[in-house]
Amino acid sequence: MTDLSGVVETRIVTKRLRDRPGDSWTIDGALASGAYDVLRAVLAKADAADVQEQVKLSGLRGRGGAGFPTAQKWSFLPPDSFPRYLVVNADEGEPSTFKDRMLLERDPHQLLEGIVIASYAVQCNVAYVYIRGEFALGYERLTRAIEDARTKGFLGRNILGSGFDCDIVVHRGAGAYICGEETALLESLEGQQGMPRIRPPFPAIAGLYAKPTVVNNVETLATVPHIMQLGGAEYAKLGVNRSTGTRIFSVSGHVNQPGNYEVELGMTFRDLLYGLAGGVRDNRKIKFFIPGGASSQWLTGSDEHLDAPLDMDFVQQTFGVMLGSGAIMVFDETVDPVLVAWRLAKFFAHESCGKCTPCREGTGWIEKVLYRMSHGLGRPDDLDLLVDAGGNISPGLVNAPFVQTTICPLGPSAVSCIASLNKFFRDEVLERLRNDAGVHA
Amino acid sequence: MSFFDEPNLAKSKEILARYPRAKSAILPLAHLAQDQHGWLSPEAMEQIAELTGTTAADVFGTCSFYTMLKRRPCGKLVVSVCTNVTCLVTGGPEVLDHLEERYASESDVTVEEVECLAACDGAPALQVNYEFHERVSPDSAEDIVESYRSGARRARTVSGATVA
Ligand SMILES: Cc1cc2nc3c(=O)[nH]c(=O)nc-3n(C[C@H](O)[C@H](O)[C@H](O)COP(=O)(O)O)c2cc1C
Ligand code: SF4
Ligand code: FES
Repeated sequence: MTDLSGVVETRIVTKRLRDRPGDSWTIDGALASGAYDVLRAVLAKADAADVQEQVKLSGLRGRGGAGFPTAQKWSFLPPDSFPRYLVVNADEGEPSTFKDRMLLERDPHQLLEGIVIASYAVQCNVAYVYIRGEFALGYERLTRAIEDARTKGFLGRNILGSGFDCDIVVHRGAGAYICGEETALLESLEGQQGMPRIRPPFPAIAGLYAKPTVVNNVETLATVPHIMQLGGAEYAKLGVNRSTGTRIFSVSGHVNQPGNYEVELGMTFRDLLYGLAGGVRDNRKIKFFIPGGASSQWLTGSDEHLDAPLDMDFVQQTFGVMLGSGAIMVFDETVDPVLVAWRLAKFFAHESCGKCTPCREGTGWIEKVLYRMSHGLGRPDDLDLLVDAGGNISPGLVNAPFVQTTICPLGPSAVSCIASLNKFFRDEVLERLRNDAGVHA
Repeated sequence: MSFFDEPNLAKSKEILARYPRAKSAILPLAHLAQDQHGWLSPEAMEQIAELTGTTAADVFGTCSFYTMLKRRPCGKLVVSVCTNVTCLVTGGPEVLDHLEERYASESDVTVEEVECLAACDGAPALQVNYEFHERVSPDSAEDIVESYRSGARRARTVSGATVA
């Protein structure tokens, strides 16, 4: 086997919290490691257009899941319409993703610095952070960080004497995965049920309180100060193709060292899973893994998959999977893929907001069928029934490209596990169903 | 009669001042009500409606969407056990079964099954009143709950504290 001992992380966004595990989240710890220096320099030397230009040069793409170019999203704001809002998506609920929680709990000042610089770039004076309700410690530390930053003059009126005002309101969610979807999040912030909005209008035109709004993920914004420090072009030298820079990958499941790893994009899955996350427990093989969070289709432990680069477009075009929220769940040979599919289906059925019929009804039926299949009660044609039912939510199910007929991507996401079961485990599943039927017919 | 006590009434005014539209304060006020009372009672919803210039039906409509908002009395300790896929393959369901059985007839402890808690590097994971505890087993989970019951709260887990 190849020697992977030289594989290393590239710590940019995770540098402070790794270097100062004892106090990275405090104002003193953060200031001692350079927090707000970039903000000071930006406010002194750059204008909004300069920041936008650097972010554009950096090639930064959103770390929340969709990978949309950040500078381009900012550029959609209509030029003369005020007020406008920056909304920070800290709702992290995609199963197996746990990077934003780390950034909130262990380096809130980095996020605040990113929020103020981004607010300066898009000319907004109030930013809302929508934080997942269950993140009690994250909320506590973020709230404390905001008070400390305000006291030091990094937030509030006339920040560092620049004339720029920016304040931050933290808004706690209350337990609904769908509120991570940006328009559902805005509904929730407005005091409604978290049901996604039909687009257009896009949030950039009519978002929070019908004002122009940018929604960005925690990691996206935490990266912005580093782009300003390095310079956009320099940042863009990291990474590969249109996947520039680093990303934090949350690796979990049957690896020896689960955890968050910040790596340069372009590294292979093998280097990440074996070189950094320590390989699979008891030297077993990987049966399959889910890149990109629960919404993505799956990959297997084959060389073809393990040797693929962490490149958002490459994996999408080659295998129809996404890097999504940067989460990778690893399952060894002992795991029943049908059981995993059922639990994912249960998640999506529970979290469907119910606004569109195909998703509301379909996710429930899929869960029922996968339940019986994973509990020894399957019927011979259940897999084909699933493919058919899944096709009613996402017509692109079997033959990509993926088609969305629902208001938001949650519905189609619920179908990823079916497509993957059918692609990689069809024979195994059919064999089982024959035996099940033998017992229960 | 006011549902919110004096300090929380003052806090609710602060909360309302954060938003250009009062309706936005429904969720934060619901959290506040729950912190005070343990669950979201009809009286709490009435007052939230009054404070936000909405109706009790509006408040109910919004709040019923969110699983953290409890519309029935629940235990002083809410134990949330994750069984989503990483926890599924590392023993989460066994932890849930054990705790559900152990506390089935103890009204001060409410055990609930929840979705991924963003603690999968410490799977199986649970929360007690939203404080994280990771790498639990059926026995250690019970120990943790018991330590809260006796008032000696266990050290909670901070994200990634188990990796260098
Ligand atoms: C069902 C669903 C859940 C989502 N959950 C999250 C989330 O928890 N955090 C997040 O940042 N983005 C989430 N997203 C993506 C957001 O809609 C949005 O694309 C993102 O916040 C934009 O930020 P970015 O461009 O910085 O990535 C979710 C999307 C969907 C469809
Ligand atoms: S796809 Fe599902 S979650 Fe998304 S809006 Fe429709 S019903 Fe709601
Ligand atoms: S799957 Fe249990 S914490 Fe993520």
